[in-house]
Amino acid sequence: MADVQNTPGATTAGSIEVGTAGAGAQLAGPGTGRATAAAQPVDARAEAVASYDVADFPVPTGREENWRFTPLHRLRGLHDGTAEAGGRVRVEVTAPAGVSQETVDRTDPRVGRTGKPVDRIAAQAFSSFEKASVVSVPKDTVLTEPVRISVHGEGGTAYGHQVVELGAFAEAVVVIEHTGDAVLAANVEYLVGDGAKLTVVSVQDWDDTAVHAAQHTALIGRDASFKSVVVTFGGDLVRLHPRVVYGAPGGEAELYGLYFADAGQHLEHRLFIDHDTPHCRSNVAYKGALQGAESHAVWIGDVLIRAAAEGTDTYELNRNLVLTDGARVDSVPNLEIETGEIVGAGHASATGRFDDEQLFYLQARGIPADEARRLVVRGFFAELVQQIGLPDVQERLLERIDAELEATLS
Amino acid sequence: MATLEIRDLHVSVEAENGPREILRGVDLTVKQGETHAIMGPNGSGKSTLAYSLAGHPKYTVTSGSVTLDGEDVLAMSVDERARAGVFLAMQYPVEVPGVSVSNFLRTAATAVRGEAPKLRTWVKEVKEAMAALHMDPAFAERNVNEGFSGGEKKRHEILQLELLKPSIAILDETDSGLDVDALRIVSEGINRVRESGEVGTLLVTHYTRILRYIKPDYVHVFANGRIVESGGAELADKLEDEGYEAYVKGGASE
Repeated sequence: MADVQNTPGATTAGSIEVGTAGAGAQLAGPGTGRATAAAQPVDARAEAVASYDVADFPVPTGREENWRFTPLHRLRGLHDGTAEAGGRVRVEVTAPAGVSQETVDRTDPRVGRTGKPVDRIAAQAFSSFEKASVVSVPKDTVLTEPVRISVHGEGGTAYGHQVVELGAFAEAVVVIEHTGDAVLAANVEYLVGDGAKLTVVSVQDWDDTAVHAAQHTALIGRDASFKSVVVTFGGDLVRLHPRVVYGAPGGEAELYGLYFADAGQHLEHRLFIDHDTPHCRSNVAYKGALQGAESHAVWIGDVLIRAAAEGTDTYELNRNLVLTDGARVDSVPNLEIETGEIVGAGHASATGRFDDEQLFYLQARGIPADEARRLVVRGFFAELVQQIGLPDVQERLLERIDAELEATLS
Repeated sequence: MATLEIRDLHVSVEAENGPREILRGVDLTVKQGETHAIMGPNGSGKSTLAYSLAGHPKYTVTSGSVTLDGEDVLAMSVDERARAGVFLAMQYPVEVPGVSVSNFLRTAATAVRGEAPKLRTWVKEVKEAMAALHMDPAFAERNVNEGFSGGEKKRHEILQLELLKPSIAILDETDSGLDVDALRIVSEGINRVRESGEVGTLLVTHYTRILRYIKPDYVHVFANGRIVESGGAELADKLEDEGYEAYVKGGASE
């Protein structure tokens, strides 16, 4: 018996806007493999395409469902073919023994295996990259140290392609750090072998001039588990598209995200979980804080449970904390269910203002307002970090959060 | 010696149809070492007095003065008041998700004492204070007030009172919602602080029950936004027998 919840609670105040599409809305468009339903804007139908070739995608106008929240003029031409590669992005991989690193051509069979790009920028990146970086953890290898991938922009436009592959029953933590200045479009593919366990922490800590658009797709093998932690703090415009597809039954995906949008920043996370395989699980929790004029966060959580995906268990949650006037949040969870034979499916989205009673309580204990505010925001994020279940990763993340809050909330 | 002086205090809140006056001229002096019970019916304004002294932004002081050793309390921010020595134990303590009790206590102690307490002595200090309040050590790792029972919230308030050692402690309905055992434990905690002789206590309560454990030096009856009668501990006995009826005939303020 299906337990279907639909509890999009949202507090709206001032300039906060929250859009919520209820359960049952037809999911269509990129990656769903079918045309958009009549209920969706007509323009979205044109984007119901997935292709390796950028020419298969029309240049977005901003009216399409997939683009309507994104300020196209700030994409520096990534979306319309005018952004010519010529910049420099240094990618350095530091990996423990037993991990192989290669630079390969696009003809390598591991490139493109998780599926086709689903929007024009991802296709542009796929059409434009020269060499792909592949990090492989052989089967049965359990790493005790993380693999670190540093992506450092030194200015200008670049297109990237990264593959992380885990053989059967391998276990690894991969930390990807994005820093510096760049206009970067990329595809990142995670190939998680049968019974393997992959945790990926992707930190976007760009300079505030950077533009970053990327599709992250995980293909999860039988009984494998994939844990993704996306942390977006820096960049003028960051638009990420984390996606999960299941190759076989028994797969599990946990997608966590944290973002902090300051004045003028546009931080967009568009998730898609494609449950087309029986007995798979997914859990999504993204939390964001915003402050300052024109700070803008977009969170789209699309979950599709296809008719074949019996025994699916899925939940997605998005919470936003608005610290000042002038911030804007668009939070849109979408859940579509084509079979009743599931374990559970639900979603929740809420956007609220900073709670002045919490501030008062902390101040009444002598804690100055700035510090009290930091404590509350840190707590808001810490609640999510505590769920990750990897003490090392948690500790580092909290340090990151502290540094970010120290820099932005004082 | 710390002295809190409240003179002709008038306080309003913003209501739907404009500001509404809740405190209508409160006069009270609380000295270090003294215990004053403020007793009154619901809606008499006694909690408003407590929150106004702590500086809650909901309340607007329209006239009068509050000084602590001559310093203008009303000119201070909420956190400055706390650092000056004013402590409010709240009736409804607020949940702060993701912030552990231990982190919170240490942050507060650092702020109030002006420097971070030495880790070793601090851990011991907290442990002992928690044990005295019959609190499980695991409590320190929970998030502030999150999922706490009514009794746990009040113990946590008194734990802070013991650790922060204010010169003026305002206890707002600390007895409400406590069973007999919890009331005894919480009262013992308050008495430990009082016995130091270094705190002036303002005990705001509706019921006389807590006064069986905490003997006030003065009892003030609060009605319609001001103190209408003051006396010694015997006044509480009279209230126990007769209730507040005699004081609310003019109609409560809300």
